[in-house]
Amino acid sequence: MAYEEKRVVIDTDSDVVAARQEGRVMAIQAGFSGSDIAIIATAISEIARNIIEYADHGEIIINVSQKDNKQGIKIVAVDNGPGIQDISKAMQDGYSTSKGLGLGLPGAKRLMDDFEIISQIGKGTKITMKKWVR
Amino acid sequence: MDVPILKQGDYLIVSIQSALADVDLMKLQDSLVKQVGIFHSHGVVIDIAALDVIDSFSTRTLQNISHMINLRGAYVVVVGIQADVAFAMVQMGLTLKNVKTALDLEEGIAILEQARKKVETDGV
Repeated sequence: MAYEEKRVVIDTDSDVVAARQEGRVMAIQAGFSGSDIAIIATAISEIARNIIEYADHGEIIINVSQKDNKQGIKIVAVDNGPGIQDISKAMQDGYSTSKGLGLGLPGAKRLMDDFEIISQIGKGTKITMKKWVR
Repeated sequence: MDVPILKQGDYLIVSIQSALADVDLMKLQDSLVKQVGIFHSHGVVIDIAALDVIDSFSTRTLQNISHMINLRGAYVVVVGIQADVAFAMVQMGLTLKNVKTALDLEEGIAILEQARKKVETDGV
């Protein structure tokens, strides 16, 4: 079965709501149910808000992902913002260079199965996260 | 989108109808903190059953709302957190510290009534 990738441009905080709603739809298509759907939507909310807080503009790309015999969801967040100075610090609970709680990125990582950040100062940040249907 | 705030006796009932953007939640915070003063409300119930996501921002805002309204002398009860949402919050490590919660509107109002009776008997 082929799935159609969903792209949500993130410019304002209402786009954050749109991104997590698209994520919810895709999660159901991928075969998730119950609390996993809420978990995926929450993780999307955090990384989408991160785009607004630090980069102003970016995109969330959501698709169904397959590996071995597993199926799941893959969410990519890209921006052309300032990049993250210190990724290990950004992944610490309570660390924030903005006005947030500093729980966004580490929280999203806890919610998902795979979580990867690539960031280049002055160029931007790409976060890829996946979760597999149990 | 504005969230309706209903006045019922000495209480204010906030019934969130759909997913909220951050701006909407901030607007709710401002108008709620003001209205507690305008109506001399003793308590506020915030029904968030319609929220399918409660993330770090909404957690912090709910905590702030509750704290601000406490400072104005009224009680706050947050009601209606869905099971799946509670699961995701715990998984992520989010807490609603110092915020009173109840299952639904009815229980929320019962908590406000108890709090008021306590004030009347203890005079505190």
